[in-house]
Amino acid sequence: MSQFSASLISRRSLLKTSGALVISASFISSCGNADTSARPNNTPADNIDINAFLSIDTNGIATIFAPNPEIGQGVKTSLPMIIAEELGIAWESVRVEQSEIDSKYGNQSAGGSMSVNRLFNPLRIAGAKARMMLTQAAANKLGLPIEDAIVENGFVTIGDSRLSFGELVKDAALLPEPDPKMIKLKAVSDFTLLGKRVGGVDNPSIVTGKPLFGIDQKIPNMHYATYTKSPAYGGIPKTVNIDEIKAMPGITHAFIVEGKGAPAALKPGVAIVGTSTWAVIKARRSLSVEWNTEAAETLDWDTFVNDAKETVAKPGPQIHSDGNAENAFKTASKIIESTYSYPFLPHAALEPQNCIANVTGTAVEIWAPTQTPTRGKNQIAAVFGFEKENITLHQTRCGGGFGRRLENDYIAEAVAISKASGVPVKVQWTREDDFADDYYRPGGVHGCKAALNEDGKLVGFSNHFVTFSADGKKPLGPAVYPNQFMPRHLVDNFKVDQSLQPLKMPVGWWRAPVSNAFAFVINGVLSEAAHAAGKDYKDFLIDLMGDARVLPKGWGGGMDTGRAVGVISDAARLANWGRDMPKGRALGLGYCYSHSSYVAEVVDVEVFEDKTIKVHNVWVSADAGPIMNLSGAEHQCVGSVIDALSTMMNLKVNIKDGVVQEQNFDTYPLMRSTNAPNIEVNFIETALKPTGLGEPAFPPLAPAVCHAIFNVTGDRIYDMPLSKSGYSFST
Amino acid sequence: MTISLKINGKAVSTDKDPETPLLWFIRDEVNLVGTKFGCGIAQCGACTVHVDGVPIRSCITAIEDIDGSDVTTIEGLASGDKLHALQKAWVELDVPQCGYCQAGQLMSAAALLAENPRPTDEDIDVAMNGNLCRCGTYPRIRAAIHKAAKEG
Ligand code: FES
Ligand code: FES
Repeated sequence: MSQFSASLISRRSLLKTSGALVISASFISSCGNADTSARPNNTPADNIDINAFLSIDTNGIATIFAPNPEIGQGVKTSLPMIIAEELGIAWESVRVEQSEIDSKYGNQSAGGSMSVNRLFNPLRIAGAKARMMLTQAAANKLGLPIEDAIVENGFVTIGDSRLSFGELVKDAALLPEPDPKMIKLKAVSDFTLLGKRVGGVDNPSIVTGKPLFGIDQKIPNMHYATYTKSPAYGGIPKTVNIDEIKAMPGITHAFIVEGKGAPAALKPGVAIVGTSTWAVIKARRSLSVEWNTEAAETLDWDTFVNDAKETVAKPGPQIHSDGNAENAFKTASKIIESTYSYPFLPHAALEPQNCIANVTGTAVEIWAPTQTPTRGKNQIAAVFGFEKENITLHQTRCGGGFGRRLENDYIAEAVAISKASGVPVKVQWTREDDFADDYYRPGGVHGCKAALNEDGKLVGFSNHFVTFSADGKKPLGPAVYPNQFMPRHLVDNFKVDQSLQPLKMPVGWWRAPVSNAFAFVINGVLSEAAHAAGKDYKDFLIDLMGDARVLPKGWGGGMDTGRAVGVISDAARLANWGRDMPKGRALGLGYCYSHSSYVAEVVDVEVFEDKTIKVHNVWVSADAGPIMNLSGAEHQCVGSVIDALSTMMNLKVNIKDGVVQEQNFDTYPLMRSTNAPNIEVNFIETALKPTGLGEPAFPPLAPAVCHAIFNVTGDRIYDMPLSKSGYSFST
Repeated sequence: MTISLKINGKAVSTDKDPETPLLWFIRDEVNLVGTKFGCGIAQCGACTVHVDGVPIRSCITAIEDIDGSDVTTIEGLASGDKLHALQKAWVELDVPQCGYCQAGQLMSAAALLAENPRPTDEDIDVAMNGNLCRCGTYPRIRAAIHKAAKEG
């Protein structure tokens, strides 16, 4: 940790000041971060580095470095658990620190539910290597055969002799790293820590208000800044009342900043720098900017949707095709046709963007709540011309990510402002800034068609997708139609057409990208088809999956239909699917394979006369392979369900003349606690390798609720959010 | 104009802009950063602190309006090393996800329990409805409040 970091308290002082905690029996005791009294021996100890992820001190306390950003998905706890499992140490003897950003950790990022998926084996190997070195050291010391060694709870036992890691670490560190071919990993069935409930390692600091987040950091002589950008993306400041702003109390600098590398990096704008957050926010109220909007975004969302709904009625340029969909529609005994839409969405993480940068000559030091610190460092090097070794980036805990902090625009702002003003600067966005300048989940319109034969079997499927493109040739990244999304390869005749609309404003990755919208569309069409076929949607889906097999890989692909049927059946079982429901109340089902994990959800929804609804219960069945931290995994599923409910009911941004209309939570009503249903989560652990859980429980929820509403009322929902069709939560 | 406050039992006086919201005053000037900024318009509850025992949104409370008051922030919720029953329950049930809203949630919950030591689910909903959690930790917050009420 940097010497400049006044508020990044050192681990040592944290350990001294935090009180001992009593941990409930259902949880594994919190690790050493929380409870120093659990340490066997509190005498000063030498800390010996074993590898990039791990050091062990001579008292036997292991410090594990968590490489990836913590955004609420729990990897600062779950990734170290993987190392601790293979190492063979009690969790109480583990301390966790966030690692620095360094190439020895590879690409440090939090996105795509990939952390656990990607790091499971490398971290196990790191832990196992250390275990083997400690075991070898014990065998050498005791002169006993290594084959007889047992490693448990921080001790190596051979025969009647028992040595602690603390006693062994100095010798172990001198041994060569074991040959990669010789590394023996534990069997998943032998895990003793993974799969248990473990509390987040930062919890004691969170509940006492310690400075963990980007917004909490402070460095000497730090100035505060706001940065004002064009309301419509692409505008450039033309005239600004700079002198008036500079003269205001507490303001030290005010200037125009030219854009560089936008949208990924620096958008043009006006910086106000001063001595406190309040000084710059207050001065900003007097800021008056005339924008040159010649090159700015002009999208009008309502017009787009109306036009797109006409577009999808006709064929468009075909991008994916199997069999002969047109033929299938000609010979079908029933055809279902419907058009679905969903809006742009901001990420709205609760911590508004912020970043500290201190540019000194040719070097820069940065503190940033980012999901992609490695990429951020590279971007700053590329945009501002710093040598990479002259950039130090400290990752902080993030107050939510949801994909927004995959982008590092706020880092570029802080660097640009510190560079121009010559002082260390913290850029602080307001909530309004955060709504106005996002990399939004792109909206879209789908014209869908499903063909059934006389047995009610799905024989044809087509989808005309209207989406956005910056270059007129290909869709923007998160605005694609994935080449392998369900029901591709589940139906013989399949086709996707795609029409592109121009877009200047940036779009981005939003929790369960693509799936978060496609699951609503595809489950919607399939449940319409099931109904037209006179079949129960659960049975229809299970039939559609067919024999257990793995479908072709690709964007959205690689689905194992057996695991799909597994979660669908399990969710139905949990909910007692098919039972009689009270009047006005029904169950609904949604399923999605996303981020290599399988989730089915059944919801129990009551619909009232006035179109208010109450979601009483949600049952989640998830197959993401072996669970790392049961508490965290369950938390991610519950959080995803709540996020999905919130989004489904009320959330959208309206865009007029290229300007996002919603500015704060008063017009973007996130769901509040009153509307949170009972949520039960069950994990099926069929695979040997874990996949992510930060996102996959999101997509199935909205279509499940729509299905339930249909089952009560006969009303089909084609547009997100539900408020568009007059629905709201009952109070 | 000099404004005097007591923050977590410590006297603080200031000549800063009297319009300064309490939120930015405690974060920037007093260096207590546990209290969070989420919206600035009393919508999210991340900035909740107690002023004379009452939970308020510090983002819309100017320091001039609370001259002479007693302010308690998340840093003052524990008594010395002894955590508040809610803080213990929060750790025991692993309530936080990103954790950003939790200081505000805890301060609202603490005000609730001070008034109503055995709240029902409905009491909790009413008291906690001003606190958004973007991560969706509501079910565990509710469970932790019940746990703290029982064990507190
Ligand atoms: S920051 Fe005060 S209520 Fe949101
Ligand atoms: S825990 Fe992230 S906002 Fe509540």
